[in-house]
Amino acid sequence: MDKMPKWADVILTPLISLVLAMAISALVILAIGESPVMAMKTMVEGALGSSYGWGFTLYYATNFIFTGLAVMVAYHASLFNIGGEGQAAMGGLGVALVLLYLPLPHWAIALPVAMIGAAAFGAAWAFIPAYLQAKRGSHIVITTIMFNFIAAAALNYVLVNKLRPVGSMDPASARFPESTHLPALTDIFAGLGMEWGKNTPVNVTFLIAVLACLLVWLLIWRTKLGYEIRVLGKSEPGAVYAGISPVKITVIAMLISGGLAGLMAINNVMGESERLVLNAVEGAGFIGIAVALMGRNHPFGILLAALLFGFLYQGGGELALWTSIPRELIVVIQALVILFTGALDNMVRMPLERLFLSMRRTNGGAK
Amino acid sequence: MKLKDSLIALIVLAICLIWAFVDGNAASQGIGSAMRLMTPLLLACLAGLYSERAGVFDIGLEGKMLMAAFSAASVAYLTGSAWLGLLAGIGGSLALSLVHGLASITFRGNQLIAGVAINFLASGLTVLVGQNAFGLGGRTPALTGAGRFQPINLPFAETLRDVPVIGPIYSGLISGNTILVYVALLMVPVTWWVLFRTRFGLRLRAVGENPASVDTAGVSVTRLRYAAVAICGILCGIAGAYLATGLSAGFVKEMTAGRGFIALAALIFAKWRPWQALFATFLFGLLEAIANLYPNLDLGIITIPSMFMNALPYILTVIILAGFVGRAVPPRAGGEPYVKER
Amino acid sequence: MTAASDMMGGRSATTAPAAIELRGISKAFGPVQANRNINLNVPKGTIHGIIGENGAGKSTLMSILYGFYKPDSGQVLVNGQPISIADSQTAIRAGIGMVFQHFKLVQNFTVLENIILGVEDGALLRPSLSKARGVLKQLAAEYQLNVDPDEVIENLSVGHQQRVEILKALYRQADILILDEPTGVLTPAEADHLFRILEGLRDEGKTIILITHKLREIMDITDDVSVMRRGEMVASVKTSETSPEHLAELMVGRKVLLNVEKTPAAPAAPAAPVLEVRNLTMTDDEGVQRLRGIDLDIRAGEILGIAGVSGNGQTMLLEILGGYPPKGSKVAGEIRMNGQPLPIGGRGCDAAQRRRAGIGHIPEDRQVEGLIMDFAAWENVAFGYQDAPEFTKGMLMDNAAIKADAEAKMERFDVRPRNANLAARNFSGGNQQKIVVAREIERNPDLLLIGQPTRGVDIGAIEFIHKRIIELRDAGKAILLVSVELDEILALSDRITVMFDGRIMGERLPENTTTGELGLLMAGVTDTAHTPDDAGIPPESAHVETLPQEPA
Repeated sequence: MDKMPKWADVILTPLISLVLAMAISALVILAIGESPVMAMKTMVEGALGSSYGWGFTLYYATNFIFTGLAVMVAYHASLFNIGGEGQAAMGGLGVALVLLYLPLPHWAIALPVAMIGAAAFGAAWAFIPAYLQAKRGSHIVITTIMFNFIAAAALNYVLVNKLRPVGSMDPASARFPESTHLPALTDIFAGLGMEWGKNTPVNVTFLIAVLACLLVWLLIWRTKLGYEIRVLGKSEPGAVYAGISPVKITVIAMLISGGLAGLMAINNVMGESERLVLNAVEGAGFIGIAVALMGRNHPFGILLAALLFGFLYQGGGELALWTSIPRELIVVIQALVILFTGALDNMVRMPLERLFLSMRRTNGGAK
Repeated sequence: MKLKDSLIALIVLAICLIWAFVDGNAASQGIGSAMRLMTPLLLACLAGLYSERAGVFDIGLEGKMLMAAFSAASVAYLTGSAWLGLLAGIGGSLALSLVHGLASITFRGNQLIAGVAINFLASGLTVLVGQNAFGLGGRTPALTGAGRFQPINLPFAETLRDVPVIGPIYSGLISGNTILVYVALLMVPVTWWVLFRTRFGLRLRAVGENPASVDTAGVSVTRLRYAAVAICGILCGIAGAYLATGLSAGFVKEMTAGRGFIALAALIFAKWRPWQALFATFLFGLLEAIANLYPNLDLGIITIPSMFMNALPYILTVIILAGFVGRAVPPRAGGEPYVKER
Repeated sequence: MTAASDMMGGRSATTAPAAIELRGISKAFGPVQANRNINLNVPKGTIHGIIGENGAGKSTLMSILYGFYKPDSGQVLVNGQPISIADSQTAIRAGIGMVFQHFKLVQNFTVLENIILGVEDGALLRPSLSKARGVLKQLAAEYQLNVDPDEVIENLSVGHQQRVEILKALYRQADILILDEPTGVLTPAEADHLFRILEGLRDEGKTIILITHKLREIMDITDDVSVMRRGEMVASVKTSETSPEHLAELMVGRKVLLNVEKTPAAPAAPAAPVLEVRNLTMTDDEGVQRLRGIDLDIRAGEILGIAGVSGNGQTMLLEILGGYPPKGSKVAGEIRMNGQPLPIGGRGCDAAQRRRAGIGHIPEDRQVEGLIMDFAAWENVAFGYQDAPEFTKGMLMDNAAIKADAEAKMERFDVRPRNANLAARNFSGGNQQKIVVAREIERNPDLLLIGQPTRGVDIGAIEFIHKRIIELRDAGKAILLVSVELDEILALSDRITVMFDGRIMGERLPENTTTGELGLLMAGVTDTAHTPDDAGIPPESAHVETLPQEPA
């Protein structure tokens, strides 16, 4: 019999972890002589108090949805893909190459083509670690870490030596053609006659990200491929017994994972900066780990967790602007969330389980 | 077998000899620099060796080093003593080791995720606290005088300087480093001896291979693993302190710059063995030194950009992991929290 | 055997305190009462058997004695002294040694290093090692426990690894030795050798507790026997005053038939066997040949039983027939199913293809292969058949259809609790196995591969599963049965072959053979007519070409 009801495991454990992370962060803020209440207020106002704040919150959340889903798909195959950062960076390169070198007359055409470019480059960057894991047993955590660094070096090289326009000192590509710029959500609202989120980077990619959540949910829990991914994640000998090729599924799961991470580039490279800059991913690949853990590796949870981190990110920016608390506070919160939901989850769960067990006993063993 | 084991050593030696032959002056300068660049890698690599040999995988070396670098630089600046800084560095790193131990030993959590969390924790906390304390955007004020570890001249360094071959090697390379470089080098035989000649080492290796064997022998798995994680923390502490108070003069945001991961790569390269760790980290130090000296290394046929040299340790590690050049088999119980069987 | 105990001053508890005495031991894990008010008295210098079904609480009780668990209530007395065993260290100090079913050895350490682990004499290794070397020599001479002290564990055979475990306990000066299912991995002859060692130890005054589920072993070697059922100690008797039937009844709590009722096989006309295997060889990733030319025929309507000590190639044979040869292995030979050759490697050689060819498979290890323990029972019903057309609807899987099928199967096979949403791990061993059996049998395969069908399954479920297997045979299907339980092989098979070291040593008919004869074949002795039954001690290292040279 399970020790506690499923809903408690799904909802209570991440919530308590979050509260713990927030409490410790509050202590840190106190320790550096600021008021946690004021800090929270600043963050809420800055991130959620206006449509401007929301525009940024949703923009960041879009990034995190993609990287969170990327971590999640790999996780269900029992692969810990730490390489979202590098895969998203490579996705950016894919977007840049597509948009710079293909004649694309309209964003509605450019978007699907760029998506293919982004996903293909992200997937390609995940392919080698996936193949090495599947065929040669090379630990994917280590190889994906290594590939993050290799991606950074490669992009650095490409931007400095290849894509940088002549005469520019900036290690960045040329701007993408005007015709490929994605409509921002503010434009869409304007079309509906509403004023919302002026000068914010959130764009149609957000809608694509929400759609991706739905598709990934279908993939994992309703398709044969998803069944096979989950089987492999639980037991490799079991997969082999069931006629599922671990090599094939490992590679496919990682390709999907890398593709999702790469798709993030639609948002930040195509939608926001409209050119490829150095370090465009800004750690979103790593935040995906926190988002997936917090979201219990379920697309709906990931959507919520991504919104939370979008809020933290935007709020953190505001914090740095209005108080003496630097942005890095968010990194600390992110670390604590990863710690409590991913590594210290037993610390949260064990007392909960004991609680539910004792409750069940006092109820006279009913059910 | 023996030849295969000393392969890295031979490669390193070959690179040094070729370099010395092509450009003696640059070589001696570069090899000296490689030794200094190797030191934090070696210490962190040995740190990882203790932890992983005991069955606790540690991808948080980077964070532990970063935390140590920051605490060391801060305390060294505030007290003016590099030694107090070193102590503080060890303390900072140990604190994160404790977190790692709690998560992966006491609460049987995922060791890898704990490592990831530690890296971010260090990366955030150092800037957060640093900005608050010094207001320099995350860096500490520059260290001077006793706030830094100074080079030590070994006896006879001056008199032997002009002796051919031995002279430049002894006076130029071996002598004139800070004490922490010698500590790091000394740690190699010490680690070997502890691991293979002492009771503690036997138990440590056993707990990384089959913790149940240790447990049923009446020895505490928990205590052994904590000891290993603590040693890992101390060594990472020295590594970080060396970065901030030996190699440079103060802490800079993200100053470890992936060294923790290169150390991890070296550990795999060395197949979790101390002497090989020395050669692997020296090789990686050498690569970094070459990249620093020659931003665009012109080999006649092709020009190698510095980015490639910087990425080379990672590429080499992937190749090693792929098993094309010998197989790297990690300790058998590594990564798994120990749960008593019913 | 009583002579030996008499020599030790009689076995009555009045003259000398018992080596081990338990008074009212209880232990619960959450809602599960693993041990309830256990009393036990083991006199010094005796061999005491503890028998019971899986899950009866034997292992929990022994774990309490070895300090792994603290009892909720009750008292432990060692040599008449009450003692609280908080950890293994205390148990060792009290003179208790334990040989676990799964050995607790460090695979890449030498024998010597394993022996001293935890009882080193000082901070440095060298003196401890040389001392241990001397002691080992002495122990080897005293108890016939020969092992090379400098050999690395992974190069030793299982039997020798077990000796290292016993030596470990003796080196720690254990007076009370607990062995948990020690013969599971041994040939009958190796087991006999072990028993002789144990008798030798007993005669030296050591006390031995033997945990097993094999009635024969209890009858052969123990002085007294205690029976556990559902966490309780239901009887403690002198072995000489009981019978296997009586013990079985005590174990299960009702009368049991030790034999399966079955009519003789009615195999189809001999013209075309369902499965033909010709000269099948397999070399593993380390270049060791593990199957050395297997030839088999199975006709429709018969059960072919393969007996053998585990690790002699049966698992690999099942995996190859099931379509998944071990990673990195090289397979050669010929497999024909209903006359059609099956691919033995590369493309088209996977478990899914084999299922399409009409081969069902109940794997040896249901927890690792046969089920996904975290999946719900209903999801496990589609396991292996995830691409069956009745389970799919368009691009998606038809979860409703799978659920309905699962519920029907659970009804027909009496799986309890009848809840298809429960994760597989929450079912008992017997009910888990029923889910697997239902899934594979109801596909109505032409050939069913079965590995260890009743390992870790309670007697009630064993009867049920055996009956279903016979029914399938009687429906005209071919069945390949691999089991390490000789009794099971004898009860179910229509023909029996024995595997040893990757070869088939011979074929016998169940009605014309004995366990002794099969035991010799299992140890690699083919000349069964001219060899005494106890000659089959296998050679020292794990894979050797030669057969044993000297009888022990």
